[in-house]
Amino acid sequence: MWKNFCDTFYLNFIKEDRWHYIADGLAVTLQITLLAAILGIIIGLIVGVIRTTYEKTHKLKVMNFFCTVYLTVIRGTPVVVQLLIMYFVIFGNSRIDKVPVAVMAFGINSGAYVAEIFRSGINSVDGGQMEAGRSLGFNYLETMRYIILPQAFKNVLPTLCNEFIALLKETSVAGYIALQDLTKGGDIIRSRTYSAFMPLIAVAIIYLLLVMILSRLVGILERRLRRSER
Amino acid sequence: MKKNVFAMAIAACMAASLAACGGADTAATTAAQTTGAQTTAAEAGETASAEETTQAEAEAAGGVLVMATNAEFAPWEYYEGGDIVGIDPEIAQAIADKLGMTLEIEDMAFDSIIPAVTSGKADFGAAGMTVDEDRKVFVDFTDTYANASQVIIVKEDSEIAGSKDLSDKKIGVQLGTTGDLLATDLAGDSNVERYNKGFEAVQALLQDKIDAVVIDSAPANVFVEQNEGLKVCSEAMSQEEYAIAVAKGNTEMLDKINGALKELKEDGTIDAIMNKYIPAE
Repeated sequence: MWKNFCDTFYLNFIKEDRWHYIADGLAVTLQITLLAAILGIIIGLIVGVIRTTYEKTHKLKVMNFFCTVYLTVIRGTPVVVQLLIMYFVIFGNSRIDKVPVAVMAFGINSGAYVAEIFRSGINSVDGGQMEAGRSLGFNYLETMRYIILPQAFKNVLPTLCNEFIALLKETSVAGYIALQDLTKGGDIIRSRTYSAFMPLIAVAIIYLLLVMILSRLVGILERRLRRSER
Repeated sequence: MKKNVFAMAIAACMAASLAACGGADTAATTAAQTTGAQTTAAEAGETASAEETTQAEAEAAGGVLVMATNAEFAPWEYYEGGDIVGIDPEIAQAIADKLGMTLEIEDMAFDSIIPAVTSGKADFGAAGMTVDEDRKVFVDFTDTYANASQVIIVKEDSEIAGSKDLSDKKIGVQLGTTGDLLATDLAGDSNVERYNKGFEAVQALLQDKIDAVVIDSAPANVFVEQNEGLKVCSEAMSQEEYAIAVAKGNTEMLDKINGALKELKEDGTIDAIMNKYIPAE
């Protein structure tokens, strides 16, 4: 039993330096997730603010329309299809590094969800805060920037964390455009060794560890932010 | 309650002894049944592999033959309407007919076929699969039924003329195919882009994302026929033979398929199927 375990471990990870597929894949997965998360926050923040501004003041009508279309399309189609469209249609006739393609696809996808998270966060801040800010002489954007958003951010942090966990796991479909991420790394090993257990379990454990670390970090951040409440 | 059980057991024993009195014939039957039961129990007690064999036998008797394939590999197997057609499905159908069984085709990713066969999810894998030493460790191959080679597809204006030009080029392959292994040896791991499907690699080539595609000769010809601006390099990079894969140690299935294959080769069925899909070159 133990010998068998060692043998398959050797076959799947040590022989021909196969662990490189996992390690390199992990680097790619982290790279995509991090950059896509940043892109997602930027897009989400802009779209979220536009949407709430329209809801509250009925300004920015045209931009709100485009944001609504963006949300509908992105949330209404699977991320794999969006990724394939990005790679084979939008960048159809160009030789392009695949990591930026994946970052854009996943970032734009994540942005739609983050936008809705931010919108609910902004709405969760009491209306009196905006009135107070405006009475003190801040304009709308300044009130948003200094008074509303910091409070909103704190409220949405757990939900935002969920979104990034989902994003991290969603990047596992990056293999569809022949990008060698963590999942694809496991797949390549499987295609060489024909064993299912080791590569799949290894990949699953790594994702699990990543998510656990991520949740832990957000937990610490949440606690730090809560200090001001006392 | 306990008493009742005891009573019933006694009653059963009495009934059995009464039945034994019925005549020599009945007695013999009972004896045979008892022996049968003992054997089954002994078998059940044996190792897992033995159990699998029994299971495989049961399936064979049930009359369903499950074939694992990857139906994106014209002309060997591909979708036409809702059906999977091609050389392998037709040969498999002919084998199933010979064995008097019903064929059931499962379409899956190419690199899942061997795991599906080894885990017993499918009885055999037929997917233009090359007999190869690495694969032999995990599955048993039947007699070969076709020859193939790996070729390079490039754009018509490409400078690549053969395998020697591939060293620092981006090569597209289908994950887990012999083309994948060959390209990895030739161009190095980082230059090989492994798509889930062969046609996706060809699509990437058409869009100038990669420089070449390494794939089996027959599908390569189909891809080039269907897409403008592609050509196949004349060099055949390897000589390979296709065979059907069955689970390691499943000699019964292996012998059955080999028997059927031999008959089909002799009566010209295989040649007829091949000519239908790959007109003589």
